[in-house]
Amino acid sequence: MSLLEVTDLHAGYGMVNVLAGLSLTVDEGESVVILGANGAGKTTTLRAMSGMIPATGSMRFDGVEMLGRRVDRLVAAGIAHVPQGRGTLVDLTVEENLRVGAYTRHDDGVDGDINRWCEVFPRLGQRRDQAAGLMSGGEQQMLAIARAFMSRPRLVLLDEPSLGLAPLVTREVFDRVDELVKETGTAVLIVEQNANLALQFAARGYVLESGRIVIEGTADDLLADDSIRRAYLGGGA
Amino acid sequence: MIGFQLTEFAQYCLIGLGNGAIYAMVGLGLVVIFRSTGLLNFSQGEIAMFSTFLVWQLHEVGLPVWLAMLGGMVLGFGFGAMLYRVAVQPAGDPHTNPLAVVIITIGLFLGVNSLAQLIWGTGDKDLEPLFGRDGFIVAGVSVDWQKIGTLAVLAFEVALLYLIFNKTKIGLAMRAVASGPESSALAGIPVTQIILIGWGVAASLGALAGTFAAPSRGLNSSLMLQVLVLSLAAITLGGFDSLVGAVVGGLIVGLATDVIPKYVGFLDKVPLAPAFAIILIVLLVKPEGLFGSKRVTRV
Repeated sequence: MSLLEVTDLHAGYGMVNVLAGLSLTVDEGESVVILGANGAGKTTTLRAMSGMIPATGSMRFDGVEMLGRRVDRLVAAGIAHVPQGRGTLVDLTVEENLRVGAYTRHDDGVDGDINRWCEVFPRLGQRRDQAAGLMSGGEQQMLAIARAFMSRPRLVLLDEPSLGLAPLVTREVFDRVDELVKETGTAVLIVEQNANLALQFAARGYVLESGRIVIEGTADDLLADDSIRRAYLGGGA
Repeated sequence: MIGFQLTEFAQYCLIGLGNGAIYAMVGLGLVVIFRSTGLLNFSQGEIAMFSTFLVWQLHEVGLPVWLAMLGGMVLGFGFGAMLYRVAVQPAGDPHTNPLAVVIITIGLFLGVNSLAQLIWGTGDKDLEPLFGRDGFIVAGVSVDWQKIGTLAVLAFEVALLYLIFNKTKIGLAMRAVASGPESSALAGIPVTQIILIGWGVAASLGALAGTFAAPSRGLNSSLMLQVLVLSLAAITLGGFDSLVGAVVGGLIVGLATDVIPKYVGFLDKVPLAPAFAIILIVLLVKPEGLFGSKRVTRV
């Protein structure tokens, strides 16, 4: 049994149907990427899974049906979602942002975890008591990822971390996530336009087109696939 | 203009501070809602008035004033949360549709006012002052215990709110929800519950404010009409999201409206003028207020 099993997911906005029966799985500790062009439904997939928009179909997490549950219950169950655009709570300090990430926890390890993330991401440590809105885009992305990990999730949904970031910064973000995933054994489902980078990081991938999975395979297979190279990796390069 | 007398001036100031404490209390309710939802609640004054009637009702059935006040705060909490649930929440996300929510709070202003008239009529009710009607005279200035008590309760109230907002998990959640409801939800905060609590707390604070306002102003459905305007001036001056700002702003507005007209003859006819002048000047010179936070964001 996979950690996450999404089957026949349908969702949309109002009368517009964006997802037309999407299915995917993520195993415990696995890194999986969903590739797709603008408008393919990548963000919608994650929003539907998190209960931010109404959806039908099935989403089993650890064997339990989760679709339609309130988003705060999903977090408590072990699914953390880093939204597109990072979702920084700009009026709160960096430390408070991290503390918010631990809202569903009731153990006494929260302060320890905050210290830990401030060491893992030294930039956050330096700006611990500053308003989070003052940080650069890359720093805010690091904060959003650290905040998600504050809930001690088993699965992190990561929505286009490269958005608005310089290539070098994007690279750094991916490297850090890679380290974290290996260290904590957390599974990650990431949606990305930057296929080249994402496929180096992930073990498996899905290609999403018009709300459907059209291709799936290991990252190596996808990197080798000519049609994917043409569509998402910048021609035959 | 007559000669300036220090005792007289001190007496006016004391009256101003006593009234200012009430503007501050209502202002604190506005700040609580602003800090948990990011919105201005125009019905805050009327919710306070309604909750004060609940206090009066409990006193009427035999509870001592202080117990009636606590009871009214508890019932007020439920009333405020219920109003949010029934009238405000159906309008959807206040961040995508702020105008709808603001209009609804104006509708609530009228609705709650009418409801109070329907239940309790239009005549004045008498609510006993919590700290009695006694006082003392110091250096020719008469000081009543009720004013001292009001200021003391205000100090206690703001300290408690400060601790809640800055040192508790629920306070952090309220500030998070005000800053970004969707991110807060994704971080696991039950957003609707937090906003309900914010409205409940604000209504409780309204019951507290009303309990201090009613004895001198007379308890009727227009108890808070003027107070709300002055409280809005107070938090505009102090900063919409600042607890300390509401207190300092309230006291300054109290002083301005009770002292200045005594020395500037024509203002007697337009008692709210200093409050409007304050709002106007602050918005022109320092829009975030004395203690409010300037919102700075890098994208």
